[in-house]
Amino acid sequence: MSSSELGAVPASRSVTERRTRRSLGLGFFLSELAVLFRRRRTWAMLLALAAVPVLIAVAVRLSSSGSSGRGPAFIDNITQNGLFVGIAGLTIAIPLFLPLTVGVVSGDSIAGEANTATLRYLLVSPVGRIRLLVVKYLAAAVFCLAATLTLSIAGILIGIALFPVGPVTLLSGDTVSIGDSLVRSLLIALYATVSLLGLSAIGLFISTLTDAPVGAMAATVVLSIVAQVLDSLSQTSWLHPWLFSHYWLNFADLLRQPIEWSSFGQNALLQLGYVVVFGALAYGRFSSKDILS
Amino acid sequence: MTTAVITSPSGFAIETEGLTKRFGHQTVVDDLALSVPRGSVFGFLGPNGSGKTTTIRMLLGLAQASAGDISVLGQSMPQKLGAVLPQVGALIEGPGFYPFLSGSANLHRLDSADGFAPRGTRSERVARALDRVGLSHAADKKVRAYSLGMKQRLGIANALLAPRDLIVLDEPTNGLDPQGTREVRSLIRSLADEGTTVFVSSHLLAEIEQMCTHAAVMRAGRLVAQGTLDELRSAGSTRVSVITPDTEAAARVLLALGLDLGHPDATGPVTGPAAGSASAGLTDATLSAALPDDVAAEDIVANLVAAHVRVRGFSIDHASLEDLFVALTGEGFDVVQ
Repeated sequence: MSSSELGAVPASRSVTERRTRRSLGLGFFLSELAVLFRRRRTWAMLLALAAVPVLIAVAVRLSSSGSSGRGPAFIDNITQNGLFVGIAGLTIAIPLFLPLTVGVVSGDSIAGEANTATLRYLLVSPVGRIRLLVVKYLAAAVFCLAATLTLSIAGILIGIALFPVGPVTLLSGDTVSIGDSLVRSLLIALYATVSLLGLSAIGLFISTLTDAPVGAMAATVVLSIVAQVLDSLSQTSWLHPWLFSHYWLNFADLLRQPIEWSSFGQNALLQLGYVVVFGALAYGRFSSKDILS
Repeated sequence: MTTAVITSPSGFAIETEGLTKRFGHQTVVDDLALSVPRGSVFGFLGPNGSGKTTTIRMLLGLAQASAGDISVLGQSMPQKLGAVLPQVGALIEGPGFYPFLSGSANLHRLDSADGFAPRGTRSERVARALDRVGLSHAADKKVRAYSLGMKQRLGIANALLAPRDLIVLDEPTNGLDPQGTREVRSLIRSLADEGTTVFVSSHLLAEIEQMCTHAAVMRAGRLVAQGTLDELRSAGSTRVSVITPDTEAAARVLLALGLDLGHPDATGPVTGPAAGSASAGLTDATLSAALPDDVAAEDIVANLVAAHVRVRGFSIDHASLEDLFVALTGEGFDVVQ
């Protein structure tokens, strides 16, 4: 390119036109999802999550000794029906693996942009600060759904491959068809997604506090572990109903006939509370923050 | 160009008053009164750490002012941020991109963040911006693999994604080779020709001198000079020097014309003997004084000759902007705290 070429681009009408009204921001949300799902890191995390039920299924298949009567819930069921592998995988992943990946995504949301110096360019583009928070949060929520669905679907597929599949006997003793049981698997994945929404909001808030994404990720994951530890101590029983992790494993009610929705509702309400509180904190912090990164 | 905003008749693209930024006890920007005329190429000059970038961050609503008012394109910031910023392109303290995306994908991403940018022309505008900074060949390369200079170019391309009324470029030639620096200069000139106001910060005076019509000089958070380049040049006084053996007679003539030989800043009215010019037992000396606006240089010579002063040398020295810059901001590596 010669220097004389630089300024020689003629201005044509079409590209100089601007929208007269601001778009709703759907395009930016899609772009946010594209950035999230174009990262190798995101796919690595989803692959790792998919590996959880696969490992369980293979391990159970190889140890032919049958039921030991110990270990996490649902593990014993999978030798009888492969459709339980997804649920067993979620049960194992909910305390640590899922919070880990959610912590990475939500903790990275603002701090990661600050770290790559893209935050200031987004803000002067301009993305309003509230809009940025909302879009970041929604993207994290989409990741939660992708993570739990990945886990469930990988579990169901490996279950079908390695174990007999048939009508599922529920906890209430009723037997439902394969189709019905798949719907319930999806419901459980949805339950786990909702469970992670509060943690995502906490991660978003922590992410507004720092320019170091690793710090925000670690702090979010640590908080999820602290909450579960507190939830297991009888001395803090007064606190239990307020902990965001309190209902994480209560999806068993979805395996009754008819479905017992109350735990789903309680969980959703609690998570909503966390979203409101930490969303407000994130807004309070971020809306007036000096962006010096 | 259609813009959603009615621009006020104010003749300034950027205007600040009493703009101040404090971090704790440290005042980084102190009572700044910038006036950037529309259509100008405005150089924002100052050594490292003089508060240039902090000022730019406040102008663009990234940081809040501790005190003072900002008006950009005739509207107050940060209150009208959503209406002002779509008309402003910016490169702020170095480029910032996602290393795992290609250059083109990065620009798509940032353009989608601008709610006023139409999606239909996005690909075309991205390609055009990349072409304008000479990055078309690297459009699909991951930014991770870009050199510093290429990232800098991509940063400038981002500022050019949409038609802008104001472009803010913070140290645009950082990391560029001489060829790239020349290209950026010509790019800025072409932007100015299209009527865009360009606000360029730099710590390099030569750069500003080559492309700007106006400039402001910062030192330790304060504005120490502002105006057109010609105004700034004339603020650095023009000096006349007379080489003559008849120093006393010459000094009388100069004083009679109103020239101030005893100016405290003068390099000394009488300097030592000029080398190799001993003649008739007298040595030449140099008299120098600031030249007032109302005295024509040729009158000085005429008066000197009329007074039988043997003029052996006469020169008029315009203080270079460099002298002015150094006089205003100090010399050396000391960053003012």
